[in-house]
Amino acid sequence: MSTRRYVVARAADLADGEKMAVEVGGRSVAIFNVRGTFYGLLNRCPHRGADLCAGRFLPRVTAAVPGEYHYDTDQTFLACPWHGWEFDVTTGQSYFDPVGMRGRPYSVEIENGAVVASELEAGTLAVSRMTPQQYAAAVGGAGTGMQPGPLHAETVTVEVEDDYLVVDLRPQRPQRRTP
Amino acid sequence: MTLTPSPPATSVPAPLVQDPAARRSLWAGSVIDVDVHAQVPSAETLFPYLARQWVDWCTERNWKQPQGPLAHYPPTSPRTCRPEWRPEDGRTPASDVALLREHVLDPWDVEAAIVNCYYGVDSIRQPDWHNAMTRAVNDWLVEEWLGRDPRLRASMVLPARDPRSMVEEIHRIGAHPGIVQVLLPVRTDALWGRRMFFPVFEAMAEHGLVAGLHYGGTPDGVPSTTGYPSYFIEEYAAEWQAFGSQITSMVAEGVFQVVPELRVSVLEGGFLWLPAWGWRMNKDWKGLRREVPWVTEPPFDVVRRHFRFSTAPTEAGPDAMLQTALGWLRSEDLLMFATDYPHGHDDDLAQLLGAMTESMRAKTMAENAREWYALA
Repeated sequence: MSTRRYVVARAADLADGEKMAVEVGGRSVAIFNVRGTFYGLLNRCPHRGADLCAGRFLPRVTAAVPGEYHYDTDQTFLACPWHGWEFDVTTGQSYFDPVGMRGRPYSVEIENGAVVASELEAGTLAVSRMTPQQYAAAVGGAGTGMQPGPLHAETVTVEVEDDYLVVDLRPQRPQRRTP
Repeated sequence: MTLTPSPPATSVPAPLVQDPAARRSLWAGSVIDVDVHAQVPSAETLFPYLARQWVDWCTERNWKQPQGPLAHYPPTSPRTCRPEWRPEDGRTPASDVALLREHVLDPWDVEAAIVNCYYGVDSIRQPDWHNAMTRAVNDWLVEEWLGRDPRLRASMVLPARDPRSMVEEIHRIGAHPGIVQVLLPVRTDALWGRRMFFPVFEAMAEHGLVAGLHYGGTPDGVPSTTGYPSYFIEEYAAEWQAFGSQITSMVAEGVFQVVPELRVSVLEGGFLWLPAWGWRMNKDWKGLRREVPWVTEPPFDVVRRHFRFSTAPTEAGPDAMLQTALGWLRSEDLLMFATDYPHGHDDDLAQLLGAMTESMRAKTMAENAREWYALA
């Protein structure tokens, strides 16, 4: 049974404010932890295809008139490493044209290890093609040194007490940016 | 953009002819001319408008005129005055209302014309004399031009080197009903977008005045972006760079966020460089807007709302390309007809109008200016 949902890492592997790229279903997806909530974006800037995950998070800066800045460190934008276009990683929307220019968002859910284990068994969840480090993290160290590759569910050790990140490649309805 | 294929009925070769029938065959509708010049014929012309101290200041030095215009407008060049507009008796071209009437207002049946005096007061470094000469030019314009033909409106000139004096002069004379614009030389010591000039633009807005960015200026720096040109053609043909720098400055520095009602006319600056400027600015704004977060929309959109451009000079290429290039402006509201009397730019108005839709012709020849300058 084919699935478009992939377990990619343990939730604990991605701390608040951090980002990482994972390969799922033949594509690179950047996942982000924004104050405890996880978001995913196709790791390809919609402008020229740059690796978005290599960008920096920058506070949102606005101004009604010259010099009167509102520097909002509570809301950050990911700036593309190539041309500086800013994106809201929670929605994929660009700052300069939220409607017409946006990255492709994917939902990232947290699933308990017991659920992950049963879903893997049922075939409703797949394992991502991971880096050795990610694989090692996901399998609790047992796979250290293994090469990344298409893995079979039965080789993964899932700890039932852990939470895991699940990327869903099915298209999601774009969300509005929270005001 | 769908263009009306037929050019105006009769193609009238440049230069403009002083012939009412030719004018009607070229364009039968209203004409508003946003750039006609009034030229101060001699320093003595201004003496009635100067305090004794400043008259003496001129005569003690045998001072004849500001130096700037001699370089910007070489006196005998056909760029400075079309041959047919040069008075045969040797008088200074465009130096009184009768000449303007004879050459432009009457034969062209001009509904309204905006008189711009590029006397070059900013060439004068002594600040008090500079201010006195500025006041004299403005009083001369009001008395000897606005007072003598109801079709005329005028741009006041400014002591362009000192913001405080600029504001004072705007308040002194800016409320005159015939003054609709403030002439700003495009070459300045500091870019017009700089914050020190915000009070100047606020004062203009207070009196409903348009900022008229005009060819020329004698700043402390060099006329080009990097050095002195060797030849007049360099200065004349590359002046659009100074206009580009000023527009970029005004947009980036946030002048239009501080003074949202400000309107700017680009006079004698050309306009077909604008699409390339706009594309470049819009592209770079997407990634660099964090520097200037007050610029919240694409810069070309800001320009389409806050700027208008006179049609002289026109950077026209072949007909079909001109038609395409006009489409790149993405607006029929940006251009305003100007003869730039008495200057001669070798423009072909028939070609320009032939490349426009019928609606754009009407807007360019009168309607855009009527709205921009709130002409009744």
